[in-house]
Amino acid sequence: MGPGGDIPNRPVPPDERGRPRVGVDEWVAQVEERREARTGLTGLVTRFVSAVPPAGRLAVFGAAAATLPFWMNRGDLFTYGIFTLLYILLGLGLNIVVGYAGLLDLGYVAFFGFGAYFYAELSSPQYGIHWPSAASIPVVVVATALLGLVLGIPSRRLLGDYLAIVTLFFGQAFVVFVNVGNPTVAGKGLTGGPNGLAEIDPLDVFGYELTTRTQQFYLMLIACLVLLTGLHFLSESRTGRAWRALREDPLAAETMTIPVKRLKLMAFAFGAGIAGLAGCIFATLLTAVSSGNFDVPILITIYAVVILGGLGSLTGVVLGAIVINVSFQFLAPENPPGNARLLFYAITLLLLALGVRPWWRLGAILAGVVGLGVATQTFVEAVAPGWTGGPVVDGGRLAGAISQWVVIPPAGHGRFGSFAYVGLVVAILVLTRLRGWIRTAALVPVVYLAALVWENSFVEQPAVARWILFGSLLIVLMTIRPQGLLGTPRVEVA
Amino acid sequence: MDLPLVFDSQLATQLFVNGLTLGSLYALIALGYSMVYGILKLLNFAHGDVYMVGAFIGYAILNGLGGPISPTIAVAPLIVLMFLGAMLGSGALGVVIERFAYRPLRDAPRIAPLISALGVSFFLENSVLLLLGAQFRTYNSFLLGSDHPKQFIPGPLSDAVFVVNGVNVQLVQILVLATALGLMVALTLLVARTQIGKAMRATAFDREAAAMMGIDVDRVIAVTFFLGSLLAGAAGVMFGLLFSQVYHLMGFTAGLKGFTAAVVGGIGSIPGAMLGGVLVGLAEAYATGYFGGRWSDLIVFGILIFVLLVRPSGLLGTRAIQKV
Repeated sequence: MGPGGDIPNRPVPPDERGRPRVGVDEWVAQVEERREARTGLTGLVTRFVSAVPPAGRLAVFGAAAATLPFWMNRGDLFTYGIFTLLYILLGLGLNIVVGYAGLLDLGYVAFFGFGAYFYAELSSPQYGIHWPSAASIPVVVVATALLGLVLGIPSRRLLGDYLAIVTLFFGQAFVVFVNVGNPTVAGKGLTGGPNGLAEIDPLDVFGYELTTRTQQFYLMLIACLVLLTGLHFLSESRTGRAWRALREDPLAAETMTIPVKRLKLMAFAFGAGIAGLAGCIFATLLTAVSSGNFDVPILITIYAVVILGGLGSLTGVVLGAIVINVSFQFLAPENPPGNARLLFYAITLLLLALGVRPWWRLGAILAGVVGLGVATQTFVEAVAPGWTGGPVVDGGRLAGAISQWVVIPPAGHGRFGSFAYVGLVVAILVLTRLRGWIRTAALVPVVYLAALVWENSFVEQPAVARWILFGSLLIVLMTIRPQGLLGTPRVEVA
Repeated sequence: MDLPLVFDSQLATQLFVNGLTLGSLYALIALGYSMVYGILKLLNFAHGDVYMVGAFIGYAILNGLGGPISPTIAVAPLIVLMFLGAMLGSGALGVVIERFAYRPLRDAPRIAPLISALGVSFFLENSVLLLLGAQFRTYNSFLLGSDHPKQFIPGPLSDAVFVVNGVNVQLVQILVLATALGLMVALTLLVARTQIGKAMRATAFDREAAAMMGIDVDRVIAVTFFLGSLLAGAAGVMFGLLFSQVYHLMGFTAGLKGFTAAVVGGIGSIPGAMLGGVLVGLAEAYATGYFGGRWSDLIVFGILIFVLLVRPSGLLGTRAIQKV
């Protein structure tokens, strides 16, 4: 307050923010401040999450998860509960390598596969070895960590991207080795080729076999909680801080006498070890392993988990795993398409509600979409009656509404769905180039087109649709919010 | 498994011919990787899938013009059209990918465009799967030119035209080699002699300095993507003609091989990519011939890892100095 009186809304100079940030560039600090003050749902979630201390978050997650077996049936517990925990485990391992240490490991899924196969060798009729889990799991985890260490050794010399290649090749080499190579050891194919290995022993805790899904779920939950706790302390430790320093700038870290090479190896070994553990559990859950489970699609899924939640954030991994696995299972071919449809419309609405403000604009868009649908339907019925009235796949209560709203040609109209899909992709690309009110107006046909594609094309091949959506998710996230939901934004200071 | 333990010069020569053909195809893919890496320092994981899309465009043109058994136009212009269509289509796809998936990430942390590239690759593979299904599509190139009245080509494409000492050289192999060689010469001239080539070299050397000298860096990058993807599209059609079938996952393995070629030759170096392509092709042909197909991929990957460990900058690459 100077002698000339107070100037209203005077911008606060950066140095008056009262937050001494040693080691952060002034400009970087400003960018971070701006980003931290995010409004909207992401900002809300971030603030809400950061308001609860880590122990509280862990307790909430553990307590909520522990109730699942009481109200879920056996199948749902397996697909939604157990697999989410599996993705959490896998995400936690990848988070160390990519999130903390910033090493792009594209062979991560091979460690998962190695763990699963190694466990299968030790506990299946393949060679008649039946080690108890208490013996085989530690052996497998240590072996996988050592493998990670061995693979990490060349990485010490490789700068940035070369590491990604070597690890990608390692992952592919693993799949080829297991699937095609299948060398003969002791009179039998070591890995069973494309058939994989079957009849793997169930998990046992010192002789007590965990055969029900509920028991397996609780064991995995305990494993996740223990790991989350351990990793929280690890990330706050000297090593965790050193990893982050390495991620931000390897050269500067090395200059500060941080043992960069050792830290890289450690990150690889830790990540690989956790993947090995996840592999063991996976093998016992399915009681069979085959190479298809350890190929690029799963790698993409794990990356989506870690990136959606935010690289380097443990809470982010948990949230990412829940979101990704639930949407993944909704889009599974076994799941009735009606469920996936509900999810699709819910997410579309949510995204619109997040992205479009103020509320009247959102209302106008929704009204426009509904109106456009009805108008198109009426128009097509009048002009080309043969092009409407196709069956709504598993519509349920929505079937009536959808058949009045979305043009679904009956079978025999060729590749209508395919053309609509290509049109949608082009429309979305164009949409990203538009600005202002034209963009708002253009949203109307794009949303309708999306519904059209969903009802005509995706609904028949949900398994393909989910991979397309995951691929798009990676691109969109990288473009809009590379740090994910809860990650720390990074600024490249060139 | 009976391995040919005795050195058989006829087999070795046959494998050399096959490997050279395959290698020229890999070289074309490798060039795209190498050029993009040279300019953006970006591993374009989606490059293999651009190649796959190119193969499918070639297939669509072939089938649109009557299919391999009874083409509605003469065979020679049909093949030219397939190449042109696939090259232009793939080139355009490359530009679109760069514009929407990579350009917004120009100043993001290094890891962001890599993950975006992974997403693009996955998106393309599964889009083709959604649109066209998982079955193999056959080019039936062995039927092309067989007994069509309008053909200018003597005999079917896969006919052996030269048989020297028991070694077959098929017409399609000559076609592939000649086309690949022509494209590589054209690219070399473009980069060495033209103004846009000069701009590309300047941008690869130092993007900021190039921008300060008035070079439209965004345009240069778009042109680089166009050229690289164009070569990949040509390689896709070649693959279809050589092996007669295309499918939605063909880009992944080919992309890895092309990538290996680019790294072995020295990534960022155009002659290096050509040399690396031929080496990888030869290695794969000999590995398949002497050890059986199931180990060939592992041997190729092994070569890559070995080269990376012994000479990380590749055979013809220059050691990059890390500037601070």
